[in-house]
Amino acid sequence: MKIYYDLHIHSALSPCSSDDMTPNNIVNMALLKELDIISVTDHNSAGNLEATKNIASNKSILLIPGIEVESREGVHVLCYFKDFCTAKIFGDEIYRSLPNIKCSEIFGNQNIFNQNDEIIDKLDKLLISSSKYTVYEIYNKVNEVGGAMIFAHIFRKSNGILSVLGFLPDKMNIKTLEINSNLVDYENYKENYKIIHNSDAHELVAISEKTNYIELKKLNVESVIEYLRG
Amino acid sequence: MLIRDLEKLDDIEVLTNDNENMDGFIKGVYIGDLLSMVMSKALESQAWLTIQTHLNIIAVASLIEFSIIIIVEGMEVEEGTIAKANEIGIPIFRTNRSAYDMAKILASKGE
Repeated sequence: MKIYYDLHIHSALSPCSSDDMTPNNIVNMALLKELDIISVTDHNSAGNLEATKNIASNKSILLIPGIEVESREGVHVLCYFKDFCTAKIFGDEIYRSLPNIKCSEIFGNQNIFNQNDEIIDKLDKLLISSSKYTVYEIYNKVNEVGGAMIFAHIFRKSNGILSVLGFLPDKMNIKTLEINSNLVDYENYKENYKIIHNSDAHELVAISEKTNYIELKKLNVESVIEYLRG
Repeated sequence: MLIRDLEKLDDIEVLTNDNENMDGFIKGVYIGDLLSMVMSKALESQAWLTIQTHLNIIAVASLIEFSIIIIVEGMEVEEGTIAKANEIGIPIFRTNRSAYDMAKILASKGE
């Protein structure tokens, strides 16, 4: 069956995201768009996954636990996990590895919400920094816990793998790539990779329309992870 | 300047094994960390100053035919990167200096 998705959405925890990207707003906007699965993938933190999970669990939408990690090289990778606990442990490890740069006003807010969209915490360390782990280390960590890692917006000049590391590195069995634009020619990549298109939304209106889908036999988190891994 | 002369400076650590390319010359300097940019702009025989240590830097260095890679800011270099550099004979040095300070030294030596 066709599963409509948007697996790269930033909540208001990401400093660069607008403050109205609250868990309820994201889930409800995704419902309006009639998406089947979404993932809230904040920079280097899983802080808003719990509230979003609690909201989505009562709705006809599936939330895939995810984080967008910045590697030591400056590459953005999307990491998806089978359960929230694993995502949280991984997110905490990534957050601890960030440099001690305080998030000042100029970068934006880093709000953590409860399921009523009330701000219950703010993260101090700036989330848009490089973690101390290399892409290989992140890949191995995600693999060890049965998750899926894919390269984010590979053609983007800032933090895309092709810009930062020049080309896709060897030694990683990555099967899926996120392509950020339909304007680029990615025919060459289609032979060896599954291609997904996400919104990378930092504001509500940017969340994907019901246009991109993957074919799955079952609709659950495991099937989505398997699809991205295999 | 000769790579051998660079080796004699303080705060220079040689990470790769000795090989015949260590007898080569440095002809100019390129500084950059975005490998896509390095691949399109750098020139043969330059010394490449970077903080990137991923394995892909060896492929880039080989493509451009850099005389040497100098890792600045004392960044830790992955074993796989050093092993590959040894395999194809590209010297990697490391310094705790910034790229700017390292470039100033190279400039003072005529590069």
